[in-house]
Amino acid sequence: MVMEIVCPAGTPASLRAAVTAGAHTVYCGFADETNARNFPGLNFDRAEMREGIGFAHAHGARVLVAINTFPRAGDEALWHRAVADAESCGADAVILADLGLLDHAARHHPGLRRHLSVQAAAANADALNFYAESFGVKRVVLPRVLSVPEIAAINAETAVETEVFVFGGLCVMAEGRCSLSSFATGRSPNMNGVCSPASHVAYHDAGGVLDARLGGYTIHRVGKDEPAPYPTLCKGCFSAGEKTGHLFEDPVSLNAEQLIPQLHKAGVTALKIEGRQRSRSYVAQVVRNFRAAVDALEAGKPLPEGMLARLSEGQAMTTGAYRKTWR
Amino acid sequence: MDLTVGPLQFFWSADRWSAFHAGLASAPVDRVVLGELVCSKRLPFFQDRIPEAIATLVAAGKEVALTSLALVTLKRERKATADLAAMGLAVEVNDLTALAHLPEGTPFWVGPMVNVYNEGTIAWLARRGATRICLPPELPLESVAQLARAGAEHGVAIEVWGHGRLPLAISGRCYHARMHGRTKDNCQFACEDDPDGLDVKTLDGQRFLAMNGVQTLSDSHACAAHQVEALAEAGVDALRLSPQSRGFDRICRMYRQRLDGDLCPDRMVEELGRIDAGMQLSDGFLTGQRGADWSGARQPDARPLDA
Amino acid sequence: MSPSPGQIPQCPAALAVPLRALPLAPLTLALTAFSRGIARRHPGLFRRLGDYGHTRFVLDPTDLPFVIELEPNGGAPRVRLTRGKGQGAARIAGPLAALLGLVHGAYDGDALFFSRDLVIEGDTSAALALRNAIDDSELDLAQEIARHCGPLQAPLHQLVARLERQSGVSLTRRDEALAW
Repeated sequence: MVMEIVCPAGTPASLRAAVTAGAHTVYCGFADETNARNFPGLNFDRAEMREGIGFAHAHGARVLVAINTFPRAGDEALWHRAVADAESCGADAVILADLGLLDHAARHHPGLRRHLSVQAAAANADALNFYAESFGVKRVVLPRVLSVPEIAAINAETAVETEVFVFGGLCVMAEGRCSLSSFATGRSPNMNGVCSPASHVAYHDAGGVLDARLGGYTIHRVGKDEPAPYPTLCKGCFSAGEKTGHLFEDPVSLNAEQLIPQLHKAGVTALKIEGRQRSRSYVAQVVRNFRAAVDALEAGKPLPEGMLARLSEGQAMTTGAYRKTWR
Repeated sequence: MDLTVGPLQFFWSADRWSAFHAGLASAPVDRVVLGELVCSKRLPFFQDRIPEAIATLVAAGKEVALTSLALVTLKRERKATADLAAMGLAVEVNDLTALAHLPEGTPFWVGPMVNVYNEGTIAWLARRGATRICLPPELPLESVAQLARAGAEHGVAIEVWGHGRLPLAISGRCYHARMHGRTKDNCQFACEDDPDGLDVKTLDGQRFLAMNGVQTLSDSHACAAHQVEALAEAGVDALRLSPQSRGFDRICRMYRQRLDGDLCPDRMVEELGRIDAGMQLSDGFLTGQRGADWSGARQPDARPLDA
Repeated sequence: MSPSPGQIPQCPAALAVPLRALPLAPLTLALTAFSRGIARRHPGLFRRLGDYGHTRFVLDPTDLPFVIELEPNGGAPRVRLTRGKGQGAARIAGPLAALLGLVHGAYDGDALFFSRDLVIEGDTSAALALRNAIDDSELDLAQEIARHCGPLQAPLHQLVARLERQSGVSLTRRDEALAW
C-alpha cells in the first residue's frame, strides 16, 4: 500500500493548499490551548473546521484533529468539548496524548478513531500495545528518538499503525516530556501548546550582531548576514565546561526524504510533515515533493532527487535519530 | 506532610551510591525511591548494591519503591522494566511502559516524569492501581490544589517536587557524550565526572541549565521553602527531595524542621547557602511567572536577586 | 523558496529617490480606503488577528523612503505613511518585494526570517499573528486594486503581469502549486 502523507495545516488556506497538492491526510487543531501549535493567528474555529473537513472529504483526503495538550486541572471541559466538536465536524480521527482524555474519548466517543500523539512519547512496542489495549488506539505517532531498526522492531511486535515525522522542525527532547520552555517562559508545550513562544522572544540588533533572547536568556548570537534561527531553547548556543556551542542540537531541521524506502520496509504506515506554523505555499511545496516520493516508491521507481533543502530552517538538514550516530 | 527521597538522578560510583543510601536510613524521611531513572547504561555499575540498600532502608522503617527508567526504548530496557514488577516492592512508574508490565490491580506509585495534569488522569491511574503520585514539577499551585483534592477523592497520595535540580527534559541523545565528541554507545560514562550534572550557561555567562547524560535539568535547585503552608493547606501529602552530592542529610533535616514549623524560610535559605554558597534557588513553577523565578527576597549567596 | 541573500529584488534607487519628495497625506488616505475595502472582503483576516486586532504594526519596506503604520483597529483599519522609523508595537522590515511576496504566498515567512531578508522587532507574537492571518486570507493586491479600476481592469492586469515578469517582484497571488 502506498505510504500515507500526513500534512500540517495551520489555517484553512493551508488545508486547501495541502489537499490540492496531493496530501492523503491533513492534521490541524482548534484555535485554543487544546492543540500543541497554539500560535497567534493560527488554527481553526468550529465553522472553519467543519468547512475544512468538508473540503478535504470532497477531494478524497482525511482530516485528523490534534487535541494533544494535557488538559488543565479544573478545565477539562474545554478539552472534552474539543473532542466532541471534532467528532461532530466529521474528523476522521483525533490525535490525543493525555491518559485522562484518552479514557474520556474511548468511553464517550467510541466511534471516533483515536491516534496517540507524539506528545505521549510511546517509544517501544510494550507502550504502543498498552495504549491500544487500554484505549483502543489505532495509530501511534512515534517520538523522534528512535532509529530505523528500532522502528522496524516496534512494528514487528505490534498491530498498531505507526506514523513517523519525516520533515520539518525537530525536537531533540522526547516530546511531551519537556518543560524547558516553561522553565524559561512559563509557557509550555504540555500545558499551553507552545514551545519557546514568540511572546517571550526579543531580538536585539547591535551593529549587525543579532542577539535572540527567550525570557531574558540569550539563546543565539549571530553576526551580520549569518542565518538567524528562531530562538528555540534546545537549539540554542550555550557553554558548559570548556565548550561553547550548540550543546543540545544545531539549528537544523529534519529531512528523512531519502529514508522513505527504509521506513516503508520498517513497516511504517504514515509519514508526517511538521509545520502548522509555516505558510500555505511552504506546505504545498513539501507535500508535492513527498507525494511524488511515495508514488515513485509505490511504482518501483527511484526516488526523485531531494528538492527540499532550500525549504529548511537555517538551511541545514539532519536525518535525526533515524540514523543511530545522531545520539 | 511527610518527605519522600526521589531516585538519584546522577551517576555516582557504586561505593558512593551505597554510602548515600545507607545514610538515608537515619534521615528524617518517610520513604525512598531508588534505582536508575535516567540511563540504563549506568545500572550495571550499582545493580548488585540495590538489595542491600533496600534491606537497610526497610529495616529503618522506610517505605521503599523502585523506579522505572524515564524513557524506555531498547530491548534490554524493556526487559529491565518488566523485571521490576517481580522485585516484590512497589514500582514507581516513570514511563508508562512499566505499567504495561504490572498486572491490573497491582498497587504502584507514579513518578514526576509521567504526565499527570488533571483529574481525569488521576481517576484513570487510581482505577489502574496507583496509590501515590508525584506530580510533574511544572504544575502551578492552583493545579496542585485541584489535583490534591482529586487524589484525596480517589485514595491516592499526592506528592510535589520539593527540592533539587528540576528534571526538565529527557532525550534519546546523550549530551555528555556529544560534548566530548562521542556517540551514546561509546559514551565512556562522561557523566560520572559531574555528580550534580554539568552547569550550562548562556553566552552572557548567565546560569541556566545542567546536563546529565540524556537528561537536562535546571541550574537552579527547586526549593519549596516558601510554599510549605500553602501546599499543606492544599492537601498535598508529601514533598519530594531529590538527591544531591553535598549536604543532603542536612537538607532532609531542614525540610523536616520546616514541615514541623521549627525553621522559617529565610533561615532555611541561609542554611542552604552554607551547604553550597553558589546554589541558586527557584520556586517559579509553583508560584512564579515561570519555573526559573524565585519568590524569596534573596538567593543563598545573599546577592540581590537581579545582581 | 527560501531565497538566499541578494535574491530578493530591491527597489531601484531611480524609483525610490523620487518617492522622497512624494506628499504622503494623499497616499495615506488612499491606502486607508484601500485597506477598508480589503477588510470588508476579508473579515476573517481581522478575526484571525485575535488579541492583536488593535495592535499598531510598522511595515518597513527598507528600500523605500517611508514606512507604513498599520492599525487593524478591529476590522476598520487605519493606514498611515510616514518618514522616519514610525511607531508601533511590532516592526516588520524587509525589501518591498519580500513584503509583497509574503502577502502573495510567493515566500514563506519563516524562511525569509531565517535568511534575514526579513527582520522583526518588538512584539514578535503580534508580527506572527499578522503574518499567519495574511497567509490565510489569500490576498491578491493587484486584484484588489483592479476592483477600483472599472473598465481599466483588463489593461491593468496586463501591465501588472508585465511588471511582475520584468521585476521579479510578486505583485499577484501565486498559485501554491506553482510557487517558487
